[in-house]
Amino acid sequence: MNKLNLLKPDLNNLNTYLYIGSFLIFLSILDVFLNSFFSTNITFFLHDFISFVLPLILGLIGLHFIRIEFTGIKNLDLLNKHINTNNFNALLTLSIIFVIIKSIPPTMSWFILDANIAGDSKDACTGTGACWTYIKIWIRRFIYGMYPNAEQWRINLSFVSLLALGSIGYFATEKFKKYLTIYYVIIYPFIAFLFIFFFISGGPVFFEFSYGIIAFAISIIVGFFIPKKIKTWYFLLVPIILYISLKYFLFYEETIDLGKLDGFNWVETGAWGGLSLTFIVSFFCLIFCFPVGMFLALGRRSALPTIRYISIGFIEFWRGVPLITVLFMSSVMFPMFLPEDFFMDKLVRVIIAISLFEAAYVAEVIRGGLQALPRGQYDAAKSLGMGYWKMHILVILPQALKLVIPGIANTFLALIKDTPLIFVVGLLELVGMLNLAKTNPEWLGFAMEGYVFAAIIFWIICYAMSKYSYNLELKYKTER
Amino acid sequence: MSDPIIKIENVNKWFGDFQVLKDINLEVEKNKKIVVCGPSGSGKSTLIRCINRLEEHQKGNIVVDGTTLDENTKNIEQVRAEVGMVFQQFNLFPHLSILDNCTLAPIWVKKLPKQKAEELAMKQLEQVQIADQAQKYPGQLSGGQQQRCAIARALCMEPKIMLFDEPTSALDPEMIKEVLDAMVNLAKAGMTMIVVTHEMGFAKEVADEVIFMDEGMIVEKAGTKDFFANPKSDRTKLFLSQIL
Repeated sequence: MNKLNLLKPDLNNLNTYLYIGSFLIFLSILDVFLNSFFSTNITFFLHDFISFVLPLILGLIGLHFIRIEFTGIKNLDLLNKHINTNNFNALLTLSIIFVIIKSIPPTMSWFILDANIAGDSKDACTGTGACWTYIKIWIRRFIYGMYPNAEQWRINLSFVSLLALGSIGYFATEKFKKYLTIYYVIIYPFIAFLFIFFFISGGPVFFEFSYGIIAFAISIIVGFFIPKKIKTWYFLLVPIILYISLKYFLFYEETIDLGKLDGFNWVETGAWGGLSLTFIVSFFCLIFCFPVGMFLALGRRSALPTIRYISIGFIEFWRGVPLITVLFMSSVMFPMFLPEDFFMDKLVRVIIAISLFEAAYVAEVIRGGLQALPRGQYDAAKSLGMGYWKMHILVILPQALKLVIPGIANTFLALIKDTPLIFVVGLLELVGMLNLAKTNPEWLGFAMEGYVFAAIIFWIICYAMSKYSYNLELKYKTER
Repeated sequence: MSDPIIKIENVNKWFGDFQVLKDINLEVEKNKKIVVCGPSGSGKSTLIRCINRLEEHQKGNIVVDGTTLDENTKNIEQVRAEVGMVFQQFNLFPHLSILDNCTLAPIWVKKLPKQKAEELAMKQLEQVQIADQAQKYPGQLSGGQQQRCAIARALCMEPKIMLFDEPTSALDPEMIKEVLDAMVNLAKAGMTMIVVTHEMGFAKEVADEVIFMDEGMIVEKAGTKDFFANPKSDRTKLFLSQIL
């Protein structure tokens, strides 16, 4: 047998070192484990401080002993290569393991072991852990806000239908694939809007809107008989003129009932809330801020000074003000500038405000992508005879957007997490409802459970989004 | 003598204070092959980029196939659709497959039906011998293959004139030949070509005329044989002695 040199473990005494090292590591982890899970200190006979750091020292020595290169044992080599390269890394590894072991029991006990979920009042919560009863009782409010209980199926139906319509992309055949972009960018948001308008909101707002539908239908039917040359102008002007004339000249108060159907009970937007409102606000803001941001990004790089300066001014203005003031302005200042009989819903104003605010950020992210493209791409597109729009739509934007997927995802995640700020205008989404619930005199003192619940929900939404963005990146990766 | 297809009259161009092109006069007849050579920074690339207005000239006139290049965007796009260009850095569109690279402009600019555009593209890809790579992406191809694809892409627009901006300068020596072969074939098919290159072998083989540029001016313009056999100006002699 070779001589053992404890300072320099070597291959010759591999087994001896392995046994000693593993034993020491086992001992150190066992000590922390017992201490953490069973509150027993097997080194009680030692001084407090030494007893505290002993597992760390034992573990370090153990890891030192097994740090032998080229042993031929696969797992050991991997371990040495990745987490046991030197004493400092060994120390970090051990600390992390110990912290994890130490933190499991209190977490478990708060979340599950000592938590309560039974009962339906505060008195049911007797344990020292979380009081999930609180979440259970308030869950409807957290999801639907102040929406009347009897009408909540409308929200459910809308969301399930929209989810189904949204997943169409997965089942589209090759033939319909090319229409998917148009579907998701224009048709789908419109359907979503109709759902929200008719199902979730409902009520007498309908007939305002019916003029629009009538005008749209008439202009499309007539549109078939219009010569091609003036079609653009026709579709730009006629529907709007029809709408206005229908609304202000043809239909008087008495005939207004024509457009009225017996819809659902009207639920005003002030009563909406909770998670469903989070979804509604985030969805529309995401959809609107993206195209606006794209045009701003192009505008900022435009050769025409007017467009460029307007874009720069817009972007710098919205980036310069805090979201909370924007929301406040949208609810307090904005209506002052509107004509008297013009009414715009609070929720609509909020969605527009957030969209414009985030559009400025999206614009700068996209501009980054545009600037990352080599000039040769522009040259090549131009030399093939493409004009500005063809060049951008076919060549530049697809590449630039692909580049900025991580940045866009970043902005979108921030947007979703900014939605709680709409409490300043009195709209209470998930976190807003939480704040309301925690001040209820019967349920004082459960803020912790509420915030943990909200954190978990937000984390799930955001993690799903970031996963999706990774998938998109992989899907559009064409480099070697 | 037929009418020149490209007519360049007294063209001047400045980058800031620096004058890149000084009183350039040049006429190119149909089906002629012109090789432009000269030291770097002499304005060769700028000159041919002016021909399809990737660069603007500030003074003078450029007329391509009867269309004068000016501020009018319609004219510019018309000229660009008739003039194909091949770049030093290939500039293929990396987000599209080789076939889509070739069909993009015919479909969207010339409004060809998709099937027709694809047939045309496959024909051109076969001409440059990369038809078997049609479904791959540019990033998966070698430099020589990419440059040949770029030639095919330009040809898919069925241009009347082809401009080559140092097509072989970014390539491995081994790949230069395959690109030059494609260009020689194209020349034999009767295309009007203006080629900026340092490949004097290519110039001797296909060029009708060679132009030597230095400091933004055309120093010498002569038939290929004359140019190499007895150059007139001292600057040309010096240049030729250094690269041959």
